[in-house]
Amino acid sequence: MSSMQSRRVGGPDFSVVSVGLFSTLLAFITLFIASRALDPGMAFHAGLMTGAFVLGVIALVFWYSGLHGKEAFDPTRYDDGIVKAGVFASMFWGIAGLLVGVIIALQLTYPNLFYFDQYGFTNFGRLRPLHTSAVIFAFGGNVLLSSSFYVVQRTCRTRLAGGAWPWFVFWGYQLFIVVAATGYLMGITQSKEYAEPEWYADLWLTIVWVAYLFVFLGTLWKRKEPHIYVANWFYLSFIVTIAMLHIVNNLTIPISIFSSKSYIAMAGVQDALTQWWYGHNAVGFFLTTGFLAIMYYFIPKRVNRPVYSYRLSIVHFWSLIFIYIWAGPHHLHYTALPQWAQTLGMTFSLMLWMPSWGGMINGLMTLSGAWDKLRTDPVIRMMVLSLAFYGMSTFEGPLMSVRAVNSLSHYTEWGIGHVHSGALGWVGFISFGALYCMTQYVWKRERLYSNSLVEWHFWAATLGIVLYITSMWVAGIMEGLMWRSYNEFGFLEYSFVETVEAKHIAYIIRSLGGVLYLGGAIVMAYNLWRTARGDTRISELNDAERAALNNPEKSATDAAAQPAE
Amino acid sequence: MNYNDLSSFAQTWGLLYFVLMFAVAVAYALWPSNKDIFKSAASLPLEEDGELTDDR
Repeated sequence: MSSMQSRRVGGPDFSVVSVGLFSTLLAFITLFIASRALDPGMAFHAGLMTGAFVLGVIALVFWYSGLHGKEAFDPTRYDDGIVKAGVFASMFWGIAGLLVGVIIALQLTYPNLFYFDQYGFTNFGRLRPLHTSAVIFAFGGNVLLSSSFYVVQRTCRTRLAGGAWPWFVFWGYQLFIVVAATGYLMGITQSKEYAEPEWYADLWLTIVWVAYLFVFLGTLWKRKEPHIYVANWFYLSFIVTIAMLHIVNNLTIPISIFSSKSYIAMAGVQDALTQWWYGHNAVGFFLTTGFLAIMYYFIPKRVNRPVYSYRLSIVHFWSLIFIYIWAGPHHLHYTALPQWAQTLGMTFSLMLWMPSWGGMINGLMTLSGAWDKLRTDPVIRMMVLSLAFYGMSTFEGPLMSVRAVNSLSHYTEWGIGHVHSGALGWVGFISFGALYCMTQYVWKRERLYSNSLVEWHFWAATLGIVLYITSMWVAGIMEGLMWRSYNEFGFLEYSFVETVEAKHIAYIIRSLGGVLYLGGAIVMAYNLWRTARGDTRISELNDAERAALNNPEKSATDAAAQPAE
Repeated sequence: MNYNDLSSFAQTWGLLYFVLMFAVAVAYALWPSNKDIFKSAASLPLEEDGELTDDR
């Protein structure tokens, strides 16, 4: 790793040269593929990637030559620029993903109003993966990228390793998102849930992810703290496991390297098991361990209290990762998967309840002695509510994995409701908490632009989630019962379309919940933007603070304290 | 090796392996001499503040 650390030995920086050469090589490879592409989708994507690599190299050259010999990667300073970029990207993709979510919720509610058969890309089947990928991988992924870069630097007391490589990871990840998203709209998919991108996008993500792993490991390697803080363990398990899951689940054979189409190496129940091994561990290691890392750093930081039990955090970590990896088969109850494997998945899901709640209790109890901050700091309230939703959805999940319960809940809206109580409640709120904290910290502001806007965000989003999950519980249990009810002659009581019709009111309520949640996120984006600009909402300050703000001497020192970007 | 061999291996030796690995993790967490390390680690996020100074 030492070669990846930035060193000034007279010549140009090694990491800048290696990123530049590697991107140039990729530009040529993708140009070659674009020139011989067998289908328009591949021509577009290969061309898009060529353009992105060329742009990246040009930007790198201009940026580096513009430094005029100044140190590119000052080892005495944290790399906060990449965290700032990550905050922007998170908010951009977050709002885009939530907006698509609202659109597809409305499509389900009013199918005649939002159906344009002349525009295939507006079809629910194409927009749905756009929504899931945008919120999970684009929003959640950027929150994890930026927060992991923030946390690993602070807890290791050293600058990010790899010089220009973290920026390769950041822009490479954005490129992956754009390729995946445009692919869905054009109908390019390998039809695996949460793993829809085709083989070339998967390969590109693998390259980016390995670079991410090396940057993270390199930073740990040169740490000044002897102990590796628990949040870094959670981040590392997220990075390593996602690499493993991604590679195994995407073992495909393209029909040609000039084609966007590929076939999965596995078939039948083996493929199904691999898919849900991947699918459930995307929940476990993308949406859980990564965000638990956020919990273990930002909650102690924000409430200014040590972690309630560090020992518990270690047991939490190891038990969670040992158990999660086996839970996938609960997605395949009553299928061709052997019964013992289904039971194993169910048993491990039930056992998961313990580490999940252990972690939740550890996070909540970190507030002991500082519970009053729930009243004064809405950002803390957001993170605590996130833990409450984590506790609720990690209780609901094991319950739904029980075969008898699953026979009612599977394929119904209950599953959708469960996913969203975890995604909107746990992942969303802990991400919002981290984004509020990071914006305030990396732009070095004493406070957010407005706490009352955080309150608005908090209540709009909370009300939105409550509307969402309650309507989906009702719709799910109702349709589950309708599907299995027989009349006195032994025939099914309801036709399928009757069960769909019965959900209409629940769909309206769900759409309303989504609109509220999206509205909250837009309020947040505005608040973060004003915070980053250095604005303060004057009406929220007390007299002393207002006087300090009007004091020109104080303002001058403030301005000096903010380095020019 | 057929399906039965694999599943019986997983259900015996695989299980034992994981129980032992987990026991090691718990022992590490509870080991008395690690107490002080963990005590200071618990407040690691609170200690760092502000800029990274030149302490190489």
